[in-house]
Amino acid sequence: MAGPSLMDSLFQRSVDDIIKGIRLSPPGTESTFIAKSLDEIRREIKSTDPQTKATALHKLTYLHSLHGADMSWAAFHSVELSSSSAHSHKRIAFLAASLSFNPSTTEVILLLTHQLRKDLSSSNVHEVSLALSTLSSICNPDLARDLTPELFTLLSSSKIFVRKKAIAAVLRVFEQYPDAVLVCFKRVVENLENGDMGVLSAVVGLFCELTEKDPKSYLPLAPEFYKILVDCRNNWVLIKVIKIFAKLAPLEPRLGKRVVEPICEHMGRTGAKSLAFECVRTIVTSLSDHDSAVKLAVGKLREFLLDDDPNLKYLGLQALAIVARTNMWAVLENKELVVKALSDVDVNIKLEALRLVMCMVSEDNIMEICRILISHALKSDPEFCNEILDFILLTCGRNFYEVIFDFDWYVSFLGEMARIPHCQKGSEIESQLVDIGMRVKDARLQLVHVARDLVIDPALLGNPFIHGVLAAAAWVSGEYIELSRNPFEIMEALLQPRTSLLTPSVRAVYIQSAFKVIIFCLNSYLKLNGDDPSYPSESTYSDVKSDYPGRFETVASQLLSDTEPDNPNMVVKHGQKPSVSSKMHHLTLESLVALVNLVETNLGPLAGSNEVEVQERASNVLGLIKLIKPKLLGCLDTREGDKANGELKASEMVELIFGAFSEDLGPVSLNAQERVPVPDGLVLKENLRDLEEICGDIELPLSTSFSLVKLQTMDATSNLEHHSKEEFEPSTESTSLLAEHRKRHGLYYLPAENAGIISNDYPPAHDPKDKASDETEDLVKLTEQSLVIKKKPNQAKSRPVVVKLDDGEGFKVAAKAPEFKADLISGAVQEVLLGNEATTSSSRRKSSKKSSKRREMDESNVGVPESKNEIVKADMPEIGFSSSGRRKHHGHGKERKHRSSGKDKVHDHKDKQKSEHGHGKHKSRQRADGALAAQSPVIPDFLL
Amino acid sequence: MGIRFVLMVNKQGQTRLAQYYEYLNLEERRALEGEIVRKCLARNEQQCSFVEHRNYKVVYRRYASLFFLVGVDNEEKLSALHQLCNNLDLPIYNKSGEGFNHQLIHPKVEAGLPNELAILEFIHLLVETMDRHFGNVCELDIMFHLEKAHFMLEEMVMNGCIVETSKSNILAPIQLMDKA
Repeated sequence: MAGPSLMDSLFQRSVDDIIKGIRLSPPGTESTFIAKSLDEIRREIKSTDPQTKATALHKLTYLHSLHGADMSWAAFHSVELSSSSAHSHKRIAFLAASLSFNPSTTEVILLLTHQLRKDLSSSNVHEVSLALSTLSSICNPDLARDLTPELFTLLSSSKIFVRKKAIAAVLRVFEQYPDAVLVCFKRVVENLENGDMGVLSAVVGLFCELTEKDPKSYLPLAPEFYKILVDCRNNWVLIKVIKIFAKLAPLEPRLGKRVVEPICEHMGRTGAKSLAFECVRTIVTSLSDHDSAVKLAVGKLREFLLDDDPNLKYLGLQALAIVARTNMWAVLENKELVVKALSDVDVNIKLEALRLVMCMVSEDNIMEICRILISHALKSDPEFCNEILDFILLTCGRNFYEVIFDFDWYVSFLGEMARIPHCQKGSEIESQLVDIGMRVKDARLQLVHVARDLVIDPALLGNPFIHGVLAAAAWVSGEYIELSRNPFEIMEALLQPRTSLLTPSVRAVYIQSAFKVIIFCLNSYLKLNGDDPSYPSESTYSDVKSDYPGRFETVASQLLSDTEPDNPNMVVKHGQKPSVSSKMHHLTLESLVALVNLVETNLGPLAGSNEVEVQERASNVLGLIKLIKPKLLGCLDTREGDKANGELKASEMVELIFGAFSEDLGPVSLNAQERVPVPDGLVLKENLRDLEEICGDIELPLSTSFSLVKLQTMDATSNLEHHSKEEFEPSTESTSLLAEHRKRHGLYYLPAENAGIISNDYPPAHDPKDKASDETEDLVKLTEQSLVIKKKPNQAKSRPVVVKLDDGEGFKVAAKAPEFKADLISGAVQEVLLGNEATTSSSRRKSSKKSSKRREMDESNVGVPESKNEIVKADMPEIGFSSSGRRKHHGHGKERKHRSSGKDKVHDHKDKQKSEHGHGKHKSRQRADGALAAQSPVIPDFLL
Repeated sequence: MGIRFVLMVNKQGQTRLAQYYEYLNLEERRALEGEIVRKCLARNEQQCSFVEHRNYKVVYRRYASLFFLVGVDNEEKLSALHQLCNNLDLPIYNKSGEGFNHQLIHPKVEAGLPNELAILEFIHLLVETMDRHFGNVCELDIMFHLEKAHFMLEEMVMNGCIVETSKSNILAPIQLMDKA
């Protein structure tokens, strides 16, 4: 099949044929039909007959646009056809080009330059308009540069039809080729006074887009915009002008005073909802200091909210959220409407309402709001339910629970949330539960109750979404076991058979908590029987837990006295449990032995688990039991003499571990790690391959700075293992080797903080006490950021203390925020200002991925007027004062002048830029520069 | 409030017209159309006509069997602010619930909100214009006169800006073309 034959041309299928063909082809075979048609098109498009070619291209465009057929290969054919003398062919060619060309990668665009230039200067307005439309959709920097002169001419064309399109096209050209601003800007501005709606609409639209990117530069044009605002009666134009003022008003307070009145007038008068809404939004965003206007706007918003139209309701809520920033009363006034919107049929509206409800939250109403929201959550579909939970958690947890007054309530509320059937926010609830445990001492008692209820309920174990919550509950139960009313019951819950449903990591937490519980029970027992003078522990751990003076006594004695089972309804499936459970309330040797047996039976199988975490933790517990049990049994069997002896040994061990566990965990600053200074001689960045060499027997001299520090493995979780092993077992060969190695090559290990560190798997935490007692200098620094724990008498209504790390958390953020902001706002601008030339020219040369490039271009475009504005801004203050006296005398006439000087300054700057580009036009302009520089202090007193 | 795309889609989700005002490649277009159309088609009459999708705010309206969807730049408004606050772990609202973290309000967040209602009116204008030209416009009219529909759009929107809102002005050049 060489070229298209005559037959092809004669019997070529039309676009309509293709469309019908696709419609008629049975479902599933469209793609074959399309592929066949594409083959035909490939043949036909090569035809020399323009009609055949045009039809082929037309068909291809259709398939491309609606059926996603690739047509990049046909780019050249579009170019070819565009030079056809028949307008219909040209139309098809340009349509194909504008629908399919990629401005940054289609290379043949350059070949269109000549044709476009010709068409732009054509006397046929339709050709011109076609060329302009095409230009605005495929414009790239080269095209923009080459066609700027033609565009400049068209901007003052006497034909309205052409002129308005030229104005619309100019935006794209400015974006692609900022230097075009120099040439065209003045003419564009002149069009602001044009009476034709089409032209006005186009030019206002253009400025609307431009001001969006960089409002400051367009302040000098405010008088023109103001005139349009007052005189124009076309809603489309008004909306855009109001949008422009929404951006200009915040920059210049006097402007706001001036425009607020006409805007309110429009709002009151218009019947068009779109215009009214634009007015409302402008008032609430940009003119929010004008109270009377805001009142009017909020009144209008209320109309929107009351309307049946969901669109108005949605937008009303959105606008209300904007008002909420400055005028909270507006939201409170419409509270019932907002709450009603929570049960709307439309999820978008519900979300907006939810956002608003959350911004009404304060200390006084948080409980009420949460109650309302939870009742909504229970009624809603899962998706929205979780949306609600998300918002609640976010709001309540914000800034260290600043809105929460009653933590007992909040903690129970968290537990309640976890039980909501659709709840998928387990991880967030989990972290808050643990976090509150660490930060809020006064909430712990309630927390333990909540955790108990969660851990004990076997039904919850089946829901994977709340495993996180269970992990937190288990951790809390273990960590604060001394606050629990019945440790035995907790132990049973932690070991219940359904825990096999948990994920390994959660299960590991369960086992670890069981470990803590058993230690606590053993210790309490030993302590109670510890009238024995040889029992050493008393002082040690009551010091440690000084925060709870007398608490264990209470709990422990309660254990002895409390004969009633705390929770008789508890469902226990495990065979030996019921009997155990009833007996366990007496902390006797027998009950302890039963407890130990229970743990042993349950954890025994887990020592062979495939999951490392589970296995390791189970082994730890089992290891302890192995050591303790014979002693306990010994005590049980033998008489007085031996008993004391056995007990003593056991008690020492238990007491040691208990001491380790009983230190209070505090919150850790996120950047605590960063603040640990690297000690001298610690090489962090060197390649570890050296290690092999070192291991190959070269003995390093021990650096003194390390010899003092006890070394520890990097892995925090493995800490525990070493701990317990080192303490309870004669060190096995491997551990001793490891220790040996560490001693020799301390360099490659992290220095340990201290032996006293709590080996805990759960949240990594720095203990205040630990830090304080540490001698090493670096850790002293850590202490300085330490916790602000102030004990407050537990009065009925005072807010519990929430522990914060002052520089660690709050301050870090505060310091960061402005930086972040500066980065967003001025970063781009500054970059452009400094590296303007680089970005512009480089992006002009390179034609790579469009979107990112384009953005870059936008910015460079923005940057240009920006710099001019620096001048304006710098001059502003003094002028504001100096001219204030004259204000009355100089009326409207002055504005003209100011405006033009402003405008000229745009040119100034452009000139400078241009001269750097070496365009060589700069000489004459520079003279003008001088003249204008002298004038420049005369600055707009904008509308006044 | 630049318009980023105009789509016409039938009830089955087939695209009947697609005009983009920024370049997207074929895959991007297909993905975008698929996702947005699915979102909009799933909604019912009682729900509002606005859907947020990625960086677009989509305003849609159904006429008979055709959905008209217009994608507008969404300056992410409040949600951007929320995002920002969440990232920084800062309160959006201060303690008493009145007042706002002003330092965070970036000009971009405030400015450039699309006027959704104006876009709805634009859609209506487009439909009326086509109605006037085709006389009771239907899906087939658009299918078989796709290029005309594109030209109408071209008259109304350039570069994402609405430039012409008078029906007779929009249709004048098209009627000329028909005569020619």
